[in-house]
Amino acid sequence: MGLQIRRDTNALTGPEFNRMHRRRSGRTIAGIAGGLADHLNVDVLWVRLAFAALAAAGGVGVIVYGLLWAFVPQQDADAEVAPISTKERQQAIGLIALGIGVALAGGTLAGSINGWASAALVLAVVGAAIVWREADERRKGERGALVRTLSGIALVVSGVAAFLLQAVGAYDQPQFVIAAVVAVLLGVAAVTVPWWLRLVRDLGDERRKRIRTEERAEIAAHLHDSVLQTLALIQKQAETPREVLRLARGQERQLRTWLYGPTGYSRGDAPPTHASGPATLSEAVEVACGEVEDTFAIKVQQVVVGDCELDEKLTSLVQATREATVNAAKHAGVAEVSVYAEVEPDRVNIFVRDRGKGFDESTVPADRHGLADSIKGRMDRNGGSVRIRTAIGEGTEVHLEMPRSTASSRNAGREAKA
Amino acid sequence: MSETTQDTTRKVRVFLVDDHALFRAGVRTELDSITDEVEVVGEAGTVGEAVAGIAAKLPDVVLLDVHMPDGGGAEVLRQMRQTHPAVVFLALSVSDQAEDVITVIRAGARGYVTKTISSQELVRAVCRVAEGDAVFSPRLAGFVLDAFADRPGSAPISDPELDLLTPRERDVLRLLARGYAYKEIASELFISVKTVETHVSSVLRKTQLSNRYELSRWASDRRLV
Repeated sequence: MGLQIRRDTNALTGPEFNRMHRRRSGRTIAGIAGGLADHLNVDVLWVRLAFAALAAAGGVGVIVYGLLWAFVPQQDADAEVAPISTKERQQAIGLIALGIGVALAGGTLAGSINGWASAALVLAVVGAAIVWREADERRKGERGALVRTLSGIALVVSGVAAFLLQAVGAYDQPQFVIAAVVAVLLGVAAVTVPWWLRLVRDLGDERRKRIRTEERAEIAAHLHDSVLQTLALIQKQAETPREVLRLARGQERQLRTWLYGPTGYSRGDAPPTHASGPATLSEAVEVACGEVEDTFAIKVQQVVVGDCELDEKLTSLVQATREATVNAAKHAGVAEVSVYAEVEPDRVNIFVRDRGKGFDESTVPADRHGLADSIKGRMDRNGGSVRIRTAIGEGTEVHLEMPRSTASSRNAGREAKA
Repeated sequence: MSETTQDTTRKVRVFLVDDHALFRAGVRTELDSITDEVEVVGEAGTVGEAVAGIAAKLPDVVLLDVHMPDGGGAEVLRQMRQTHPAVVFLALSVSDQAEDVITVIRAGARGYVTKTISSQELVRAVCRVAEGDAVFSPRLAGFVLDAFADRPGSAPISDPELDLLTPRERDVLRLLARGYAYKEIASELFISVKTVETHVSSVLRKTQLSNRYELSRWASDRRLV
């Protein structure tokens, strides 16, 4: 069995789809260098060196680091990680200090920024880093965490204030107000980034969860309405195997249509349209066969090759098919009837076959109208034909053939003449 | 293989793969009780168990469920086909969706039957695939006919040897889809049962190897003629 809804996303979470994650344990600041090293399969030392070099080049490394921190998700809490050695940690801290130091020195020497202002910036960046690191931990209500977060914020505030005083200078100038407002806004933004990101991620998770719940509710409702009801009926009718079979088949067909049918559950996009009967030949044949299955408690094995829109002629063809199937169900004395329909460009062939008693056409009593009227008459009136092959004990096969006169082919003919 | 042909009374050794223990038990009792021709030598409920079990037991035929966690029947086929070419797979599933049927056939199964098949027919199907033939349910025959149909707007044929059915193969498939047994097809077309089997095997080969668009990417919407 194993009716799986085929919307699973196994393909995306498979082992070959390798996403970058930040290391959770064994990190120095945010685990980005480690994560990047895991992802690129190189030694972490090289990544750190690259970051330090980039940081020296006008602070690019710091910005890249910050962006990765914001956008790369953290490793799962239960993922296995090798602990890092003290030597490696010392090396990392050394490299960070070196990177920042070179960046500062470079900036000051080049004269692009004032030494004090850059020191203030570093102060702010370190403060932001402390706040972000605490946000990563997701520990609530712990005293140390609160203290660390607050001290981080304090560092950012004092860094921003110092920067303002040093870089802009006298606070009685008008541009000082604007600079102050911008700097404070940037500071607030930098400090609150982790919370914004978390908010967005949580919203996405919640939405997904809600959709899943709704879907589950829909499936449960459907199962309750159909499957459970049928199972209850089956238990009541347990003494009559024929009735049980009929119920089981009917339910199976219904569930299949719901799951896989053209307007069914797994198609998803189209809303179910039950109101307006079948629109195509395959649906019409399916409905007709289903009715016979339900009424006579037999199995109707149906195969339709190709498909086309239903028109008046084809509706008659399906009705004739239904009649032939009913005949087989009533008279052949078998449990299974095969219906095969094939749509060709110029006609539709349908075969209804059973392996039952068979009959001698000449001995059919004159008062039996089923074959004569509802099958032959119906087909003749619409320009189709019926052929019957049967013999006593050999089963019966009714071959119904209906030429197609689709509107499109008629139009094509008219256009050709004009 | 030579062993099977020499000793025709040897039982066909069958391995069951299905994630529903209840269904496995049912098939096992059915197969054990109605015939001496087949013998169930093992069963598995997951892809991993199946791969290990088949490698250990080396059965003649594996009855394979299509829908299972971790990739289903197609995954078992993918892992076993290369390493154990002598093991034959017969897909057995509740689903008769074209996507499922065509997928396992193209992954290497020698046949496809639905779980509502009668026990006698299941035994016959098992014996037939064990002898190297293919087993097409009427539904599968219909799908293959559909996929190989020549329609305006079909993709161009790149390899006529694989991408087209011969008229005879088409006739055989049509009769299969109409519910005819091999013997009936043979007498209907005035050919031997052996020839019918050859045609069906050839259709199976084409279904597995052809690059026809309709097969490699089964269109979920049936194309209107």
